Order: sequence, then structure tokens, then C-alpha cells
Amino acid sequence: MLKIENISVKGGDSLILKDISLKINKNETMVIFGPNGSGKSTLLKSIIGISNYKIVKGRIFFNDIDITNLPISERAKIGIGIMFQNPPKIYGIKILQLARYISKNELEIKEIAEKLKVDMLLKRDLNVDLSGGEIKRVELFQILLQRPKLLLLDEPESGVDIENISIIGKVLNEYIKKTSCSALIITHTGYILDYIKGEKGCVIIDGRITCKTDPQTVFDMIKKYGYEKCEECKWR
Amino acid sequence: MEIKKEELKQLEIVGFDIEEKERAGSFIQKDKEVVFTRTFQEGVEILPIEKAFENYPEIKEKYYGYSFKKLNKEFPKDTEGGYFIRVKKGVKTLFPIQACLYIKAKKFRQKIHNIVIVEEDAQVYVITGCTAAKETEDAYHLGITEFFIKKNGFLNFTMIHSWKKDIEVQPLSVSIVEEGGTFISNYISLNPVKKITMYPTTILEGENSKFRSSSIIVSYSESYQDIGARCILSNKNTSTEIISRAISYGGKVIARGHIKADSPMVKGHLECRGLIINEKGFIYAIPELETSYRDVELSHEAAIGKIKREEIEYLASRGIPEEEAQSMIIRGFINVDILGLPEFLEKEIKKIVEKV
Repeated sequence: MLKIENISVKGGDSLILKDISLKINKNETMVIFGPNGSGKSTLLKSIIGISNYKIVKGRIFFNDIDITNLPISERAKIGIGIMFQNPPKIYGIKILQLARYISKNELEIKEIAEKLKVDMLLKRDLNVDLSGGEIKRVELFQILLQRPKLLLLDEPESGVDIENISIIGKVLNEYIKKTSCSALIITHTGYILDYIKGEKGCVIIDGRITCKTDPQTVFDMIKKYGYEKCEECKWR
Repeated sequence: MEIKKEELKQLEIVGFDIEEKERAGSFIQKDKEVVFTRTFQEGVEILPIEKAFENYPEIKEKYYGYSFKKLNKEFPKDTEGGYFIRVKKGVKTLFPIQACLYIKAKKFRQKIHNIVIVEEDAQVYVITGCTAAKETEDAYHLGITEFFIKKNGFLNFTMIHSWKKDIEVQPLSVSIVEEGGTFISNYISLNPVKKITMYPTTILEGENSKFRSSSIIVSYSESYQDIGARCILSNKNTSTEIISRAISYGGKVIARGHIKADSPMVKGHLECRGLIINEKGFIYAIPELETSYRDVELSHEAAIGKIKREEIEYLASRGIPEEEAQSMIIRGFINVDILGLPEFLEKEIKKIVEKV
């Protein structure tokens, strides 16, 4: 489904990601851990094509298509859906307006909105005056309407209370199970692992992948020893 | 005075409804002559200003120039024409009153003086459109308007400008709002113009009175628009909100806002956003807040700049091609929730935006 071959990514003048390679198969979820500023979000943004980040080396393939230089909207159309950690506020564009752009199915819009409890927010401007939990639910609402084959989730639980994590976790898990899609999830707290069982896990430290194993093991080790241990980990 | 069908058709772009089906009354002035005035609802009076002064000398005595005197300001007296609109006590109009000021003659200097009186407990919507014929050249428009909103009166006034690149325009207005009164003023400037300077003042004289102003300014290359709104909060529990959106495709916009709290226990908020689309565009936002009282709540926010890359890419990540995302953002930007705008004008604005 997703194959990243040896990419290095620059943000401005600094090299953020160094020789990253990874592979996610169909119906497979990979969980990425790593300290703040290690390059996790940069990886997700590079996969969708955000222009602040330049791929200076390597290639990204999605279902065997080289998407390294594909426009963002094309990447979305072929099945990549991203849930941003801090989406921008856009005045004058209503959530419903964007939803209707993404999906022509009013019933589907209504059902997913109700499920994620965003039905009351549909007439609001995009991400304007929304709480942390509302922003995440609105993000998820949009990407579920996109029906992606690959989910890129950038800390879906950050800034969100327990109740919202539960809604988001359950809905995500249901979608992944139902559609057999793949997912790449960044988590800091690991809470999302209560709802989604990942098949693969990895740790990014200082722009490099230092460890690849099953996510629960990685998470348990991080909880026990912190990220320092990851650097000298046996799977390295 | 006659007006041709094709000319009337042209007035549609500034909100004039030729059929007059959903209007409480109409007024048209072409150059210096009033073409017609009509009213369709009892308690609504629309007259050429000279006629009103003839019929009601006491009105001239009491109101003509009164609002300017309040501000110790002079105003041009060499005007010809203009409308007198009065909505009688307690009368609420179902449909808006429409007024149109139209310039036809070349190099014509149209100078008018309007008076609008909304009596106690009355409620009215007014749409004023100002435009010029295609063949007009180097014309000038001065529009003085004095608004008087009496106790608990309500006025929603929308002014639509659609000029040409060789026309200079100078609206000059002062409004006085009494106790419990509400004045909502909407302004839209759509087409190229040589120069517009306007800085209307509203005085909230009575307790609990309110003023809300919103402007949409679209600015093209070689246009100069110095446009603002000022509100003087001169009694307790008065409040105002002044909002503007300026979008420059190469023209120069000065977006002003001024709230002066002349009384304690008042509230005011200014909001100015500017978007520069074309490299040559220029926007200068000047928000001003002023008071010598402690117990007031005054605030402003201003933001100008180009469309953020992050916003475009965010929409693109939902499958919207970048160009389309950009026009969506522009449309959203000038999509102020303005009350009572005619439907076709919304379409007009959309069309203009989509041209880019």
C-alpha cells in the first residue's frame, strides 16, 4: 500500500528526516512513536505533500504509483487521508460546505456527522472557535467522507479529553476494520492503542527510524525506560 | 424626466428591482433630476428632498444639517436632489425601500443630500445603489446622507457601489440613533473606481442603542478607496461592531475604523481583514479606539496579508485542487454575513471572485 524508499526531507535549510524507509501493507496499521521534534509529523506531511517540506532524496510509492511529486489534491483523490494535528482556521468556509465538496451523499454526511457528534458544528467556519476535541472530530469527519485507503493520523488524541478519545478511537477502529484500510498513526500518549491494535510499530528519533517492532512492545519499553533506551535498542 | 428600459436594467446590478414586487417603495435620481418616487406601503414616505422641504418646512428647519452641527462639521450646501425617506411611528416595512442614484451625463458632478427618518418603533430596510452609465466619463458623485433613528427605531441600510475607473466618489454621512435604536449599515464596493473617500459617523446618542457596520471592498488596479466607519458611543449601554473585508487585486485600500467611547458602560469592537491577491495591491488598515473612561470595553483586530499557503494545502489534502481551494478561500473571505442582501448580488460577488 505505502512504500517509502530511503527518503530524506528538508524543512527550510535543516535536514529533518534522514534515510527513512518503511512499508505498510494493505490492512496494516503502523504506529509511530518518538520524542517532540523528532520528525514524526514531517513524515506524515511529506507523504501528503505539504510544501514546507522538500524531499531531497528517495521516493514514496502508494499502490505502486510514485507519488513523490504528485499534487496534494491528487494524493487525496487516490486514497490518502490525513488528520492534521493543528489544522488551520479558515474563515468563511463552513464545515458543511467542505463536507459537501468531499461527498455528494447527504445521507452519508448526516450519518457520519451524527456518529462523530459534529452535526451541531456543521454551520461553523472551519476550525474557528472549536475546542480541542471538536477539532479532532471535525478532522475525522472530513477524512471519513474521503473514504481513504490509507489513514495518516497525526496524534489523534492530543488535546482531547477521555470521552472524545473514546469516540474517535471507536470510530477509527470501526472504519479500519470495515474497510480493511491501512493506517499510519503518530501517538505520544499511546491512548489510541486502547482502541486500535497496530501490527507494526516504530520509533523516530532525530529524524531516523531507530526501532521497528510491534507497537505494544515499543510503547511498554518507552513507558519503562523513556526514549533514551530506544536509541540503543536491540532491534535497531 | 424619463428613464429608458435599458437604463433601468443597468440599475439591477446595484440592487434595483425593476418589477418593484418586493419593495416598499422606490426612488431614482438620474444626474440632477429625480426620475420618480413611489411608495407601496402606508406610513412610508419617499419624496425628492426639495419637495419634502416644500411640504414640510419644519423638517428642513429641524433636520437639514442637524447631524453635521452635532459634530461641528461643515457640509457642502450646493446639492441638487436627493431623497427624503420617512417611516412613520410604529410602521414596519415588509420589503425594502430601494433608492438609486445614477449618473448619465459626461463629466457630470452629481451632488445630492438625503435625509432618512425612522420614527419611534418603526422598522425599515433600505437598499441604495449608486452607479454610472457606460458612456459617462470623468464624473463625480457626492452623496450626503443624514440618518435619524428615533426611539426603538430600526434601520438596515445597504449601499452598493458599482462605479467606473474614471469616477470620483465621496459619500458623506452622519447618523444619530436615539434610545434603544438600531442602525445596521452594509456597504459593498464592487467595481473599479478612480477614488472613493468615505468615513461616515454614527452617534449613538440614546441609551441601549446599537450600530453595526460591515463593508466589503473589492479593489482593482488604479483604484483608490479610502473607506471606513466611525462610531461615537455617547450614552450608557450603547454598543457597536464595525467589520470590514478588503480584497485587493492591485488597487489601494485604506481601511479605517474608529470607535470613540464618550460614556462609561459601552462596548465596541472593530474587525478589519485584508487580503492581497495581486502583487501591486496595497492595504493600509487603521483601526482606532479612543476613550477617557475606565468602564468601557473596546477592542480591535486587524489582519492583512496574502492567502496562507497552509490553508490552500489543507483544502487540497481533502481533494480540492489548489486553484479551486484558493477561490474557495477568497469567496469565503468576502462572504460576510450581511443581512438582507438581494440574491443576485451574492451571485454578482461570486462571479467577480471567480473571474480571478
